[in-house]
Amino acid sequence: MKTRINLYASLLAVTILTGCSSSPVYDSGSDTTEIDNAGVKTAEVESADIEVVPVVADIATVFYFDFDKAILTDESRADLLEHAVVLAGNSRSVRLEGHADERGTREYNMALGERRATSVKEFLVMQGVASERIEVISFGEERAAAYGSDDEAWRLNRRVELK
Amino acid sequence: MTFVRQFSLLLIALLIVNNAHAELVIRVTEGNDQPTVIALSPFDLNGLKIEGDITDIVESDLRRSGLFRLIPQQDMLAFPSNSADVYYRDWRLLGAEYLVVGSMSNLPDGRYELEFSLLSINSQKIQFTHKVRSPASKIRDLAHSVSDKIYQSITGIRGAFSTRLAYVSVIREGDDFTYRLQVADADGARESLMLESKQPIMSPSWSPDGKELAYVSFETGRPAIFKQNLATAERQQLTDFKGLNGAPSWSPDGSTLAMVLSKDGNPELYIFDLASRKLTRLTRHFAIDTEPAWMPDGKHILFTSDRGGTPQIYKLKLADRSVERITFQGNYNARASIAPDGRTMAIVHRSSSVFHIAALDLKTKRLIELTETTLDESPSVAPNGAMLMYATKYKDRGILAAVSVDAGVKYNLPAKLGDVREPAWSPFLR
Repeated sequence: MKTRINLYASLLAVTILTGCSSSPVYDSGSDTTEIDNAGVKTAEVESADIEVVPVVADIATVFYFDFDKAILTDESRADLLEHAVVLAGNSRSVRLEGHADERGTREYNMALGERRATSVKEFLVMQGVASERIEVISFGEERAAAYGSDDEAWRLNRRVELK
Repeated sequence: MTFVRQFSLLLIALLIVNNAHAELVIRVTEGNDQPTVIALSPFDLNGLKIEGDITDIVESDLRRSGLFRLIPQQDMLAFPSNSADVYYRDWRLLGAEYLVVGSMSNLPDGRYELEFSLLSINSQKIQFTHKVRSPASKIRDLAHSVSDKIYQSITGIRGAFSTRLAYVSVIREGDDFTYRLQVADADGARESLMLESKQPIMSPSWSPDGKELAYVSFETGRPAIFKQNLATAERQQLTDFKGLNGAPSWSPDGSTLAMVLSKDGNPELYIFDLASRKLTRLTRHFAIDTEPAWMPDGKHILFTSDRGGTPQIYKLKLADRSVERITFQGNYNARASIAPDGRTMAIVHRSSSVFHIAALDLKTKRLIELTETTLDESPSVAPNGAMLMYATKYKDRGILAAVSVDAGVKYNLPAKLGDVREPAWSPFLR
């Protein structure tokens, strides 16, 4: 088993989709306002196709956190110790995806998701996993695991996923 | 005689945006309790076939500002289209303080011209007469510029009806997401698509000339900062660093972007020079530093940091990189957006475990909560400083809402589909 991340990021296919919509222009100095023609065009992107194969079937791969915190629970530590043992016996890379619940601001939550993923990474590195084998990425609150605005959904969303 | 009528706090008016393609629908929920009473005599179109109802668009603009009460057309005794035909007494009896009259004509080059006047009923005087010209396809722009002119003449504040909003919309079907970066008029009409992606799009920031947007896109599988021209769709990837590439904020002079990168270990603020592509690191702290927002003077940057234990707003002085804490009330203050006067700062503020939008007066240090809903975020102050747009949740859906900086005026712009978030109010566009 191997975590494969295939990125097909063909960008910059620029097409014109939408019609006119422009900023008017003042003819300053006179009592007449002139409005000109200009438009908004759409850029197109073919997004990355990320294919992820689970790493280890029997050990938990999602680790949960308290609000605005990045401290590992005892349970998470126990599971991560097992991951470290498995990783010591092979050479595969892992990807740690950090997430936050919807409360608080989006960019702060991006930073918080990264802080959580980094604390998982640091734990694995302490257990002897080479840091080059671990990739950290934060999705902040952009990719919820559970929907709804209640304590249970928020608990499930404050997480790091090991892939 | 000032004829100010006490008005009920809840001005509930459902305004359907007069555009079949508009995705956002405006709902005014609260208005000023002493609105100025104004009458718009329907503009005389002189038989011209014009797409879009200019009178209706102007009325909607003025009503949305919350500062005006409009005399209904059915109460009017006459529909004058020029000041010579106005009987001031009739309008005074209706309680109008102001009257707008105007008529449309066709120019030899095919464009339209609207000549309109604002009349003060109390002083029986023409306040101004103005002409606005536009091609047939720009009738909405023409109408908004009429609104701007009226608003400015009466309030003394520059109108922001001709501005735009950028925002992110998300439609989820199962595990499949479609993220869109959209631009629309400030009233939600004429929505245009700038970018569509299956991966997250975040944090739009306008260039000060209103011609470009910077934003974060995950299209490469990780966050990266891009900028894109609205008119040409030409786009450029600016950053591709390991870790966070986030929160771009265009400097007032347009030459640089403040941003957040964690390439050196944890989230720090940097300045990215657009011409040289050179990076300058601004902060050096093990805490989270994020959400930079330029002060209008271009010499200071507001940002969010949890260096004091909880997220709070700090101000960084670019000259010597000194940092000063700005917020002290409450245990969560983040995502500053500053008004053009450099004095009123809108923030996300948590009080009793609920996230509101609050305004902090940087001079008096007075903080007022502007919203009562929960999960309010992403405040963005209008270029005239009168209103701010923010994102909130309504019936489990992300919507945009606006509130005046004194909390007196409120309206919602719910999307017809999906979630809308992260509004960014454009600068003045002319």
